[in-house]
Amino acid sequence: MTSVLYDVPGPRARRRSRILSVVTGLVVAGVLAFAIVQLAQAGQLDAERWLIFNDPLIWQALLRGLWIVVQSAITAAVLAILLGVVFALLRQSELRVVRIPTTVVLEFFRGMPVLLMMLFIYLMFPIGAYWSVVAALTVYNGAIIGEALRSGMLALPKGQREAGLAIGLRPLQNRLLIEFPQAFRNMLPIIVAQLVVLIKDTALGTVVGQVGLVKEGELLAEYLGRSTYYFPLFVVMVTMYLLLNLAVSTLARFLARRRNQSGSATAAPTGGPGGGAAVAPLEGGAAVAGAST
Amino acid sequence: MNVIFDNIDTFLRGFGGTLTLLGLTTLFALPFGLLLAAMRVSPVASLRATSTVYVEVLRNTPLLLVFTFFSVIITYISGALPFQVAAVLALTVYTAPFFAEAIRSGINGVPVGQAEAARSIGMTFGQTLGLVILPQAVRSVVPPLINVIIALTKNTSVAGAFFIFELFNVGREVANANGNAVVAVFLGVAFFYLIITVPLGQLADHIERRVAVRR
Repeated sequence: MTSVLYDVPGPRARRRSRILSVVTGLVVAGVLAFAIVQLAQAGQLDAERWLIFNDPLIWQALLRGLWIVVQSAITAAVLAILLGVVFALLRQSELRVVRIPTTVVLEFFRGMPVLLMMLFIYLMFPIGAYWSVVAALTVYNGAIIGEALRSGMLALPKGQREAGLAIGLRPLQNRLLIEFPQAFRNMLPIIVAQLVVLIKDTALGTVVGQVGLVKEGELLAEYLGRSTYYFPLFVVMVTMYLLLNLAVSTLARFLARRRNQSGSATAAPTGGPGGGAAVAPLEGGAAVAGAST
Repeated sequence: MNVIFDNIDTFLRGFGGTLTLLGLTTLFALPFGLLLAAMRVSPVASLRATSTVYVEVLRNTPLLLVFTFFSVIITYISGALPFQVAAVLALTVYTAPFFAEAIRSGINGVPVGQAEAARSIGMTFGQTLGLVILPQAVRSVVPPLINVIIALTKNTSVAGAFFIFELFNVGREVANANGNAVVAVFLGVAFFYLIITVPLGQLADHIERRVAVRR
């Protein structure tokens, strides 16, 4: 891989680079070795601690938790996208009575922690932990997706709106039939990146008592003995979340690349000195994701 | 609303706790993120790989589990950390990759010609990055960095679930003590978060617009 930031390395640079590579390798290996020694000294790597995973009942409990995570994530994702569309349309309404309150509500939902929302929906409405989590994730991510869709609509060439209005579409028709489909397509990578955030935030459900993956792991650890079995269970939980999220992230990257290749009107790929024009839109997504995690 | 004014001391102390977490984490995570970003674009493959793996793993791990590691799991490995240290450590480790990605996207935003020109007059990678690219990237990198700080502000609430005294924890305690005024408590806590996040968001938008105009 070459980059515009540096020349194709000559013999000296290659040697230096090799030395640095070895040093980095040693440092990384050192850190890993330190971690492994620490774990081994604490007995966390003893085989019998990991034998619990031979027991199908353990997997049953963990997969039950994972299934709740997937279920609440999918429900919240679908609802959040629908809510996002509504927010985006209201936020751009021609009527100030609609536009201004929507802006305030959006700022309110975007500006506070999703955990706070979960807790207070749980305390204020008698809908149980599961639906409190889903509702909080829906409202919070709906607000963020709404803003993404709105900026997607704003980024469209002005002619799109003008042409629609010129052939006699009503403003709302124009938004739904002409602008929204394009904005949604352009913003898809950002929306999918936001869904990764949503999946990660399902873990917070345990704080209000939703029995998701983390809660199942905690309960198992409590039952089997925390000091002995929490670490193995933790490793499995992290791996499950990682696999789920990496799958969705990969999808986001794939969508970003496909959008670049199809070369839609507004998607000017911003290749830069860091290399990799294909990932640039995803980085925009990362910034949005960063704004919301 | 009385419930807020009766507990205003608690709220303000919680607000202080949130600000402390925010300040300390930014202080540590920003340099760490810069390092990760520099590694990510460097000519040395192993540095790139290390940074990429770290960033990808941490960005895809739920913050709650990072917190669980530093405040619970670690007690079974090498002994407990003080709660405050564990919280700042967890937030730093989790936030640095987001800073790194924001900085990297800023680096990518600098026109390619700048780097080519720097290289053509014989600058090394370090010089190109330090003297030409980063000073220009700063402008466009500030809004995304602010967005990461906003996200961090909201993420500090997770610390409240791990025995740290901050706004979320205050909200939970006060709401438990005043079951009849939950809505007021909620609005009170939200207000304190919003007075951090909304102005920061406005600032980011403002800078973004100014940078966009100048381009």
